[in-house]
Amino acid sequence: MSMQKCGLFYTTYGREDGLFPSRFQKICLALFFAVLLICPQFMNSYVMSIMNLILIAIIGAVSLNLLTGVCGQMSLGHGAFLGVGAYGAAVFSNMGAPFFLALLGGGAVSAMIGMIFGIPSLRLKGIYLAISTLAAQLILEYVFLHAGGLTGGANGLPVDAPEIMGYSFDTDSKIFYLILFVTVLCVLVVTNVIRSRPGRAFVAIRDYHQSAENVGVNLFAFKLQAFGLSSFLAGVAGGLWAHYTMYITPEQFSMGLSISYLAMIIIGGMGSVLGSIFGAIFITLLPEMLNLLTSSLSGVAPDLSAIIVPMKEGVFGLMLVLFLIFEPEGLVRKWRLTKAYWKLYPFAY
Amino acid sequence: MNGSSPLLEVQEVSLTFKNVAALSRVSCSVQKGSITSLIGPNGAGKTSMLNCISGRYTPTKGKINMSGRELSGVAAHKRTGFGLARTFQNIALFRGLSVLDNLMVGRHSRLDYGLLAAIFYLGKARAEEDRHRHRVEEIIDFLNLSPYRHQIAGHLPYGVQKKVELGRALAAEPELLLLDEPMAGMNLEETEDMARSILDINEEWGVTVFLVEHDMGVVMDLSDHVVVLDFGRVLASGTPEAIQNNPKVISAYLGDDDALYKGR
Ligand SMILES: Nc1ncnc2c1ncn2[C@@H]1O[C@H](COP(=O)(O)OP(=O)(O)OP(=O)(O)O)[C@@H](O)[C@H]1O
Ligand SMILES: [Mg+2]
Repeated sequence: MSMQKCGLFYTTYGREDGLFPSRFQKICLALFFAVLLICPQFMNSYVMSIMNLILIAIIGAVSLNLLTGVCGQMSLGHGAFLGVGAYGAAVFSNMGAPFFLALLGGGAVSAMIGMIFGIPSLRLKGIYLAISTLAAQLILEYVFLHAGGLTGGANGLPVDAPEIMGYSFDTDSKIFYLILFVTVLCVLVVTNVIRSRPGRAFVAIRDYHQSAENVGVNLFAFKLQAFGLSSFLAGVAGGLWAHYTMYITPEQFSMGLSISYLAMIIIGGMGSVLGSIFGAIFITLLPEMLNLLTSSLSGVAPDLSAIIVPMKEGVFGLMLVLFLIFEPEGLVRKWRLTKAYWKLYPFAY
Repeated sequence: MNGSSPLLEVQEVSLTFKNVAALSRVSCSVQKGSITSLIGPNGAGKTSMLNCISGRYTPTKGKINMSGRELSGVAAHKRTGFGLARTFQNIALFRGLSVLDNLMVGRHSRLDYGLLAAIFYLGKARAEEDRHRHRVEEIIDFLNLSPYRHQIAGHLPYGVQKKVELGRALAAEPELLLLDEPMAGMNLEETEDMARSILDINEEWGVTVFLVEHDMGVVMDLSDHVVVLDFGRVLASGTPEAIQNNPKVISAYLGDDDALYKGR
């Protein structure tokens, strides 16, 4: 993966550190975005709605991966931090704040709450930290449900579609551009952080916290920064979610959501931005694929679909276990292997 | 090297775990510009001493001064600011980072930008990365680590990892380098290479070295001054020649007077 093409030389370190070192990669990426941008012209609203869900999931997964994969701080409360951002953004939006301000506001509230629940990480590690973030999940769920004045309680909270300078993003195709823009920004933020001083400090904390301390990393400050930035971005994802679904309820941000974000980063690849993206796509598409399977089978074998539908959760769990056993480094490893293979093709050595 | 002022002064330091006295009223000093070695049998308290200096352990009693400033009460992560860096007896690298990034983390406290600048990766962050990257590349060249620059540290052979750890400590550009058994587990060639590097670091870069090492050949060759610990107490200290001929030291090494020459 650290392999570079023969004949690729760098004249400055800055160039070598660039996100996409080769021209080929730049072209591929530009093409990819061009296709994405014209998607709404061709795709129906069902496909666009899935794309929107994937984009929001990408922000959630990338931000969890920053905390858990990069910094090594296990979190079972990520779904709830999304919820904090969702409710925050919804409340700001309903008070009349412009869309982006509401989004940032939701992120800021989530960052604050995330940092508070990150304080135990100074003392707790691994499974113990996981339990304390589980507590965060349960406490926040309780707040969503019982702070009726602010969150609407069990009835939920309606939110208007985002409107910017009089233009309303009220269809799947329109809001897609908005969500895509925010997602790209969030992914860039995480990528930048990972390749610079704080990102290296996060990995240092994950890999060997004692020597991290001895090279001058303030463990407390950087763990809190990891929690803060991760839950800020989760909050932004939540804010997008609130404005996209236009109706939020506490059960949308349950334990199940936290688990599926964990599944995304495990399946995609711990500590990898690209892996988070793969994981988000995979886990968002999984139920859709199962739906497709059952509906196409319903003609042939109606009994079978009756069995598969209630098994969705089981299939989900099974996939996770299989990945942990056979591909613990996630989809991103497969991708790298494939890429390395084609780079050298046909000279396999 | 004689007559200069002590860079590090350990005064009557004691360290007690529940019922074990790891260090008892240890006093010693490291002269500026010297290579000073700390030797002693297994369990003598050498690593404990380094841990007290680097801030992992807090001495139960006593004081440690660096350049005349007291270290006690200073958090471990702030001690890089005093010019301290160290390596570990058991490799303690950041396994998931490349060699280059390990050294860049080593420079963590010298890079002057925070999370916000990193998020946008513009101006200051970019300039700082570039500037420090140059310095780190020099260290990589100096230690002959160039072939491994972009390799993940955890995948490298043991001897190379030991060197990367030295590089990481060096990247902080310390005044005082604490080395905990840098030659442990190395073959003859690697040992000589490491000894050469330590000498160069000391002579060319002017870094003071406080070395814990079991290989007596290396210790006697490199050191200006040797401190011997036994059961957490200072048994003797002096020049390598004086130590080699000290009967107390010889008997502490199990009466095997060859041990001092052969290494262990
Ligand atoms: N964290 C700790 N908790 C309890 N006892 C400890 C701890 N660290 C060290 N000790 C004890 O302190 C004594 C000195 O240990 P230390 O590791 O400093 O010895 P050393 O001289 O480095 O030995 P070696 O040559 O084997 O590395 C030993 O008896 C050890 O068991
Ligand atoms: Mg030791």
